[in-house]
Amino acid sequence: MKHQALITQFLPGQFNNQARLVEHARHLNTRMLLQVGDDQYRMHIRAGRIESATPGPFVMNDWDFSLCAEADVWSTFWLAVPPPGFHDLFALLKFRRMTLQGNLHPFMSNLLYFKSLLATPRHIEVS
Amino acid sequence: MNPGQTAFEPIHGRYVQLELSGKTHRIYFEEAGEGIPLLCLHTAGSDSRQYRGLMNDTRVTDRFRVICFDMPWHGKSSPPPGWQDETYRLSSSDYVTMILAMADVLALDRPVVMGCSIGGRIVLHLALDHASRFRALIGLQSGAHVDPYYDLDWLYRPDVHGGEVCAAVVSGLVGPQSPDADRWETLWHYMQGGPGVFKGDLHFYTADGDMRGKVAAISTQACPLWLLTGEYDYSCTPEDTQKLADSIPGACYTLMPGLGHFPMSEDPARFLTYLMPILDTIADT
Repeated sequence: MKHQALITQFLPGQFNNQARLVEHARHLNTRMLLQVGDDQYRMHIRAGRIESATPGPFVMNDWDFSLCAEADVWSTFWLAVPPPGFHDLFALLKFRRMTLQGNLHPFMSNLLYFKSLLATPRHIEVS
Repeated sequence: MNPGQTAFEPIHGRYVQLELSGKTHRIYFEEAGEGIPLLCLHTAGSDSRQYRGLMNDTRVTDRFRVICFDMPWHGKSSPPPGWQDETYRLSSSDYVTMILAMADVLALDRPVVMGCSIGGRIVLHLALDHASRFRALIGLQSGAHVDPYYDLDWLYRPDVHGGEVCAAVVSGLVGPQSPDADRWETLWHYMQGGPGVFKGDLHFYTADGDMRGKVAAISTQACPLWLLTGEYDYSCTPEDTQKLADSIPGACYTLMPGLGHFPMSEDPARFLTYLMPILDTIADT
């Protein structure tokens, strides 16, 4: 599956089905920019649900925080059993494979939520 | 477990009052087994429950008296009186002092000490300065130094839930294939940590306890040193431990494939496959 279909179609549907995670994040409203190589995707999260996942480019881009890594890094991160150093967002940070920017409060105050959200695609193959 | 059968574990816990840094501390410890004393040290921000697998395994407890204590401020050990007016920050000297005090108060005869993460760091201090007091030292996820890779301030601020963020930060340090029940038990311990305690421990781990430039002076003739590190640990990486082992003549290093930063807690059964040969050697020496 291509990254765009994975992020905009598969991920929101799969993640929103995880009722406990969504319910736990019921006070979370934020916009996250996910950058995969040169491609940008903006996720709008409202009351813990992914309300939309929109592909760029954006004429007016507005987000609270962003996670940016090369496409092959995300592909490896999304393997069913990722290798050491690619298996967690903080591992990507430690080895400088991902950058994290913006207002980090929504991300850090819901860190388990975002780790789960971004690990959702791990059980399907990404090309 | 059959209906009507009660599964009591062989672990017994009690409290001891210790004078540390001029203050009386109420320290909780638990133990199981008989034989060679094996004193186990938990990771930063957690407590002695991390060693539950070891203390419930007769292959260990038939030959070793396993003792685990909760450091002050951790688990069921209270902070000292007046804690509300101070900022907790663990130092190397305080950490060494409490380990020696526990060994003394329990009258342990040249115990084996095994520590993980900050515990894996402090065994290097013990190896350097107190080797004659110990039968052997085992460092899990042991490195001479670690560079911080996130802003530690996130661990302790009133607008972020401390327990949840501490657990979330360390969650990726568990190997991806470790059993779910043990993974989430390990994270629960972090969720129960006191406010600012994990951050205070990391003061030792990231700054005060830096052993670079000192570890080459460790003598494994005086006390054997084993090092075990999980391959999925990105806090203390396998490369960090390899570098440490390369600088200490006689240190024995084994990589643990599949495991992360909390081997004894995240997958006790797999961890024991690596630990048992070391315990066999110690028991036979």
